[in-house]
Amino acid sequence: MPAPAQTRVIFKHIDEAGYTNDLGCYLRHGGYETLKKSVARPPADLIEEVKKSGLRGRGGAGFPCGVKWSLVDRKSGKPIYLIVNADESEPGTFKDRYIMHQDPHQLIEGTIISCFANNVKQAYIYIRGEMPEGARILEKAIAEARAANFVGPNILGTGYSCEIYVHRGAGAYICGEETGLIESLEGKRANPRIKPPYFPAVLGLYQCPTIVNNVETLCQVKHIAEIGGEAYAKSGTPGNTGTRIFCVSGHVQRPGYYEFPAGTITMGQLLNEVCGGPLPGRTFKAVIPGGSSAKVLRFGERYKGKRKAGADMVDYDWGVEDVPMDFDSLAMIGSMGGSGGVIVMDDSVNMVEALANINAFYQHESCGQCTPCREGSLWMKKISSRMVHGDARKEDAALLKSVADQIPGRTICAFGEACSWPTQSFLIKFKDEFEGYAEAKKSLPADRLALV
Amino acid sequence: MNLKPETFQRIDEVITHYPVKRSATLPLLHLVQEDAGYISEEAILWIAQKLELQPINVLEVVTFYPMFRRAPIGRRHIKVCRTLSCALLGGYKTCETFQEEFKTTLGATSPCGEVTVDFVECLASCGTAPVVLIDEVLHEKVDATKARQISAQIRAEAAARQ
Repeated sequence: MPAPAQTRVIFKHIDEAGYTNDLGCYLRHGGYETLKKSVARPPADLIEEVKKSGLRGRGGAGFPCGVKWSLVDRKSGKPIYLIVNADESEPGTFKDRYIMHQDPHQLIEGTIISCFANNVKQAYIYIRGEMPEGARILEKAIAEARAANFVGPNILGTGYSCEIYVHRGAGAYICGEETGLIESLEGKRANPRIKPPYFPAVLGLYQCPTIVNNVETLCQVKHIAEIGGEAYAKSGTPGNTGTRIFCVSGHVQRPGYYEFPAGTITMGQLLNEVCGGPLPGRTFKAVIPGGSSAKVLRFGERYKGKRKAGADMVDYDWGVEDVPMDFDSLAMIGSMGGSGGVIVMDDSVNMVEALANINAFYQHESCGQCTPCREGSLWMKKISSRMVHGDARKEDAALLKSVADQIPGRTICAFGEACSWPTQSFLIKFKDEFEGYAEAKKSLPADRLALV
Repeated sequence: MNLKPETFQRIDEVITHYPVKRSATLPLLHLVQEDAGYISEEAILWIAQKLELQPINVLEVVTFYPMFRRAPIGRRHIKVCRTLSCALLGGYKTCETFQEEFKTTLGATSPCGEVTVDFVECLASCGTAPVVLIDEVLHEKVDATKARQISAQIRAEAAARQ
């Protein structure tokens, strides 16, 4: 079956010739019209639209946005904050970058609509420290929007006021975790907080109710406010509504970002048709479907079971290429849709070396708060690096797996899972390669590409 | 604290963005580092006083976040992405090339004082791998050849300044 055509909603103007990131251009393309209509509606209606839309968060967890909003403590009398999570750091993910650099007003409009819906008076955009240009573009765009009365006091004469400030991170991946982000915004080390009791919806920024939404999620909200929740829910598939942006990197002919109605495209269509297939003379070996912490999929393996199709349960028997790229299908086969970052590896890659690269990342980024994660990520890195650069032993495979197995479920935040899933899945699916690495290494070309 | 007048101005402005002064710790560290090149002992004490904090509250932030540094570096900061997608397309070779071009090692300042080459984790531009952030500008698809071109450009700019 041929791949469906791209449906660019959030990325409608990305890379469009002549489209610039200033307010004038945005207004010429109908910008802020949705905000004008939205502030004339009761805020509760807007929350209802988002609930009806079925929108799931685009940062990685896929949590329903409407549910997140409905958990906000509105009775405490404390101010409610909204934080835009623009700390795009999950390896393999590169969608928010383009929104912020090329279409910042789309994000600002979505943010103000979301703030209005939730009675938020102060929003912060927490952007990665490594995106200084993005921060400047956003600051300029906010200033333009403020001058045009879309942001700031008494927005469009409604009496509603909301301010947005840009806050820069400083190179720590853990700030993408919402409670770590909040600590960081409070001026501290980004050590995530324990839940309960620190659910941001109740005890977030400055111990006030706080909504943390991803950049793309807020852009989707703008689109929902524009067309209505029911119409929005018609695109995609039930439970996976709207469009999804896939960021494909690694060994394909045409890496890049592609937007499709959620659940309408399979991995095989995405990689072979949309991205042009493997590099010349190569075959696909493995793919990580949702950012580097998602469990790896091995080409050639089969996934079998029963799944829901409408009201019925049907059997499925999929290869990697057959898996629909939605949150539920990827979870069903033991991985996740995550942030939409698809990292492809071909048969030139040695999996021990690829894992050593990933392990170095997680060791560098563990905040160090919980012992299983701090020590576990360190030892996974040390062992896998030693295998590549020093002596590899057959029993390293079991050792690596045993370290990884002792981390998840024993840490304050999901980083524990994120750092152990790659090792666990690589070791299960490429066990032979790990056990045989000591021998195989002798015949690997010395001038092969270094991965670690 | 010896900073440009506009830095002081921006510092005073940014503190007003937050209901709690401590929140301005990261913004102040960025502003001071952009102006002074690094975070000195004096800077830590000054920021602590400015935000009504203990110096340890500022120091612990400086040591946690990779972007803050305690010592000066070269005039240009070359940050090569080390993470998987870039590595799959030659990121390590790119990093090696920059080190060779400037006769330096990872994390050290080149003998000419012009650059410091570092490896950093994912720069969120995996589709145009390998990527390199030089000061505030992102360079895409930087293979060894492009790394040599960029190096030559940096040397030419350095020569033109003298």
